[in-house]
Amino acid sequence: MVRFFGILIGLFFAGMMVYSFGRGAVEYVSNPPVKAVEYQFHEKPKEVSFASDGPFGKFDNQQLQRGFQVYKEVCAACHGLRLVAFRNLSDLGYSEDEVKAIAANWPIETPDIDPNTGEASTRPSIPADKFPKPFANNVAAAAANNNAIPPDLSLITKARGGGAPYIYSLLTGYAEVPAKLPEANRPGSGLHYNPYFANLNIAMAPPITADGQVTYSDETEATLSQMAEDVSAFLIWTAEPSLIKQKQTGWAVLAFLLIATILAFLSYKSIWADVKSEKKKKDA
Amino acid sequence: MSFPWAQQYKPTTEFGQWMDDRLPVGRLIYNSLGAGYPTPRNLNYMWNFGSLAGLFLVIQIVTGIILAMHYAANANIAFDSVEHIMRDVNSGWMIRYAHANGASFFFIAIYLHIGRGLYYGSYKAPREMIWLLGVVIYLLAMATAFMGYVLPWGQMSFWGAKVITGLFEAIPLVGKPIQELLLGGFAPDNAALNRFFSLHYLLPFVIAGVIIMHIWALHIPGSNNPTGVSVKGKQDTVPFHPFYTAKDGWFVGLALIFFTAMLFFMPNALGHADNYIPANPLSTPAHIVPEWYFWPWYAILRAFTFDFFFVPAKLLGVLAMFSAILVWFFLPWLDRSPVRSGDYRPRFKKFFWFGLVPCIVILGICGGAPAEEPYVMLSQLASAYYFAHFLIVLPLLSRIEKPAPLPNSITEAVIGKPLQQAS
Repeated sequence: MVRFFGILIGLFFAGMMVYSFGRGAVEYVSNPPVKAVEYQFHEKPKEVSFASDGPFGKFDNQQLQRGFQVYKEVCAACHGLRLVAFRNLSDLGYSEDEVKAIAANWPIETPDIDPNTGEASTRPSIPADKFPKPFANNVAAAAANNNAIPPDLSLITKARGGGAPYIYSLLTGYAEVPAKLPEANRPGSGLHYNPYFANLNIAMAPPITADGQVTYSDETEATLSQMAEDVSAFLIWTAEPSLIKQKQTGWAVLAFLLIATILAFLSYKSIWADVKSEKKKKDA
Repeated sequence: MSFPWAQQYKPTTEFGQWMDDRLPVGRLIYNSLGAGYPTPRNLNYMWNFGSLAGLFLVIQIVTGIILAMHYAANANIAFDSVEHIMRDVNSGWMIRYAHANGASFFFIAIYLHIGRGLYYGSYKAPREMIWLLGVVIYLLAMATAFMGYVLPWGQMSFWGAKVITGLFEAIPLVGKPIQELLLGGFAPDNAALNRFFSLHYLLPFVIAGVIIMHIWALHIPGSNNPTGVSVKGKQDTVPFHPFYTAKDGWFVGLALIFFTAMLFFMPNALGHADNYIPANPLSTPAHIVPEWYFWPWYAILRAFTFDFFFVPAKLLGVLAMFSAILVWFFLPWLDRSPVRSGDYRPRFKKFFWFGLVPCIVILGICGGAPAEEPYVMLSQLASAYYFAHFLIVLPLLSRIEKPAPLPNSITEAVIGKPLQQAS
């Protein structure tokens, strides 16, 4: 009974599938799907490597500080870092006083209430504060940015499939609109052509436009690609502050497990030796 | 334990005797894991994944309980509370990444465990109950994993919840009320998040309970083995401890090496980038995909593109997806071949390795890919074979197949020649 109904149900489902496949195949052959224009002009993120890559990677604190400087001077006007606190900057090698100064002098103040009147007000930030948001809310953000909301950057390198190389490519990838690009895909007003962006047209104006836009305090030359790389490295850190600790812990755990597993394997071998030798004896 | 040659538990201390008369915990352990449980001597490494799945369930429960101490199940702060765990809780990143990757490893173990059962015929008499309880565990695990993925309240969490609960909408008449009951509203929101959290905390303990029955049922006939031939006497078995505790022990170490390598060096490799974007009901992700362990079923769901008379394609897809798993409940009665092990079933073996296995892999690839050609057509072919395999091939095969000669006993298969009747 089970098999009889089973075969009926099986025939129904399998038949439906073969029929659907047939109709799909006819459709596919007679009317082949056209790849969306985005796909033809879209580009994969550039190959770029970071000091923190790989199982032995480490953050380059000098680079993170440069990246933070780029963020502060270029990105921070529109993009928040709402999940990062000023105190976290000590990871980058800043001293306690430097962190205090960065927080206190941050151009956007932290929202608070006036301790005397209870009215909404702002005050200078302290290390315990998160980076204040550049816009009070999404409506304000959209209104100030041609209807596009600048995303928060705290997690951006983990929240985009291409990771940090994608951020780097996006920052350095602004280009002239190709002549062959169809009219429908050309950037409208307030949009900018960037083949690394999903739909080719991004609302963000090129943020890093010229070499030397930021004046680095170390020897490094502030070329366009250097600044893009530095800020991408900084955003790897904001997305995963414990990245290096993770890798170091991983090596310790792996070393322990390797020894434990070898010992466990040897005891397994010795426990089974008698059973296995019984087989050998009979074979002989 | 039913084998007459199983050793009997003898307390060695006075306290042990005292306990044995009152609460025989020692006897229970001895009979279930110790020398009181004779196990076929020829089990291969495919028999290691049951204990491994159990280990990963324990890892999930322990890490999950710790996460729940810091997580806040509220749609406004759930996402930030997960980031709080990642950034501010001491070693919180380790607990969270262990939990996120532990789910994947649990499913890797459980899939290999199910595959072992399918190939070696572990679902056949007298082990039907073990198999049925196993399918229940798998269904519960899928529900638990799905609800767990919603909790971080990222984009994939939100849209995954919307798509999966939206499936129930396809059911005629009662579909819409069922969907609203599941969500506690018309769309995923705080009510849905709260009930998912509550159930996500509850179900693992239900799973643990069903596992106890699964293992209890296992201890009546004992383990199947690669030959599929029943145990005939003492010479066919070894005591579970120390033989299989040692084998499971080192294999657990090996599995943990893979697990921790994943956890510490590529913790997000199996996740989706969109889930690091906070849930936004106004912005639909380009491709909504579930976690990898749901991909084959997701492919079957999306393979139905045409209405069947008055039955809409979506309802058919939902029915097919659930049937694809529910068919496992009938497997012991669909496959009537008296031979258990695929090693001795020449035709079954071909259908298994060249039919079922590639078909599941193709379904998996298609389920993770965007719903466009050629993936839709591929998943339609693979779904057709999937249903045909369980509902047509297996029932007919058991009638026409001529099995290879079976060894007389496990020991004969191990040693390679007939054994004189010693015992």
